[in-house]
Amino acid sequence: MEENKEHLVSALAALMEDYGRAIDRDELERWPDFFEEQCNYKITSIDNEQSGYPFGVLCADSRGMLADRVKSLREANVYEGQRYRHVMGRPVVLSVDGPLIHAETSFLVVRTMRTGEMSMFAAGVYRDVVSLRASKPAFAERIVVCDSSRIDTLLALPL
Amino acid sequence: MQYREWTKGDLTRVPYWVYGDDAIYRQEQERIYQGDTWSFLGLEAELPESGDYKTTFVGDMPVIVCRDEGGVIRAFENRCSHRGSLLALQNKGKARKFTCVYHAWTHDLQGNLKTVAFRRGVNGAGGMPDSFDTADHGPRKLRVEVYCGLIFGTLSEKTPPVEEYLGDEVASRVKRVLHKPLRIYGQYTQALPNNWKLYFENAKDTYHSSLLHTFFATFKVSRLSQGGGVIVAESGGHHVSYSLSHSGGQDDEFKKEGLRSNQEENFLLNDKSVLNIVDEFGDGCHVQILSIFPGFVLQAIHNSLAVRQIVPKGPDRTDLVWTLIGFTDDDEALQKLRMKHSNLVGPAGYVSMEDGAVGGFVQRGIAGSNDAESVVLMGGEGAESSSSRASETSIRGFWKEYRNHMGL
Repeated sequence: MEENKEHLVSALAALMEDYGRAIDRDELERWPDFFEEQCNYKITSIDNEQSGYPFGVLCADSRGMLADRVKSLREANVYEGQRYRHVMGRPVVLSVDGPLIHAETSFLVVRTMRTGEMSMFAAGVYRDVVSLRASKPAFAERIVVCDSSRIDTLLALPL
Repeated sequence: MQYREWTKGDLTRVPYWVYGDDAIYRQEQERIYQGDTWSFLGLEAELPESGDYKTTFVGDMPVIVCRDEGGVIRAFENRCSHRGSLLALQNKGKARKFTCVYHAWTHDLQGNLKTVAFRRGVNGAGGMPDSFDTADHGPRKLRVEVYCGLIFGTLSEKTPPVEEYLGDEVASRVKRVLHKPLRIYGQYTQALPNNWKLYFENAKDTYHSSLLHTFFATFKVSRLSQGGGVIVAESGGHHVSYSLSHSGGQDDEFKKEGLRSNQEENFLLNDKSVLNIVDEFGDGCHVQILSIFPGFVLQAIHNSLAVRQIVPKGPDRTDLVWTLIGFTDDDEALQKLRMKHSNLVGPAGYVSMEDGAVGGFVQRGIAGSNDAESVVLMGGEGAESSSSRASETSIRGFWKEYRNHMGL
């Protein structure tokens, strides 16, 4: 049992790491593929959650919406050159519900602008439902709960 | 370096020093934020019960807004009348009184100083002089008016009632949107790297929207050539811009100018529901942006409704507090639509993300240019309402009101 759990945690850790790499290496086109076709992705904050407010700064309910965001970032939106560096903690498995794993992973994102200016852009926790239904694990739900409700300038690249 | 002279009464030029000068910033606090203006403090829906409070700002000044025992909304400085410490240390909460943590002076929900710890001293020694009267001490109270669920506060006795302050046309456009009880869907703050006026001008700038924000244009949704207009209040300080529904398709005006926002390739969305619109106000108007001087914006962009509070944080820093709203009777389908459309706005918004950055582009661009000025000539030199949104009339309106308050 313990061995299974260890195995699960390392599988989740690998997923998280690859997810962060896709964004940090500007491979945004890969980003929607981390999700199931029908999925929930939301960036919100502790304050919003505690107030019972359902919307965050970004809400999507399908992989198509995530792909639209990438397309818009590539072709329509204007933002200065920047990159993220995701640093993630070890995933914590909260519960296992058949093929669905409920897990939490803390994260830290440092944003570096084209000017070289670096900032601690976001910190918080990924609250995930990871599905093992297909050949590779995918997010059925990923709620990005930021510790702060205050976002500097803009949030172009996803967290 | 010379400061560029600002010709009296000219609304078509803005010297760049107004966006960065420390003395101007201090004067604005006094003459605008603490002057004869209404500052937006929050929504009545944030404080549904007696004792509910939130903390916010009028310019630099920290403020507590709360609903007192009688259900009346009150606002007063978040500053202890003793040594000046903050009274409330939370963003929001529930209170029966406000006790300063420093020396435990207590204040009631209306902002009256009630008790002073050890007022009679200890064992007969120390304490306050007999002449000390709590009624003579206390944080400054604001005049409060709740209008269509919006809480406004002013320190001045001279500020006219909100409806009169807005004028009939702008007031009717507030009522158009905020016509029934509100619910709150979300709240966040966007930290802007620029002077507060650059954001307020941006919100009033109907000319930039389809040029900077290529999302709508790329999807062939918003065009300056679609029906709409700009209403500028008599005072100049408040505005409404609106556009009517659009059937989609090419825009020849953009094509003629070869603009970035009219790319030829077919750019189609996977999820088109983000662009579905329910005509919830029944008038075919799908975008309305309304601003109230000096720091409030009400937005109805498709079915995304929000209020934005502009809080200056120094000459080159501004906090923009967004509250996403809807109505208590929204059905599930409308809630879902509002959620989808919320992706258009805020720091991650397909449209608004650029507004978060462009003020900073100006702030950085004008560094070292106190002898230069910006040009605000689109649509003429006046600040009247206009049927064209290829106009900067509402920006000129802002400067008219601004210069009046500042005596500049």
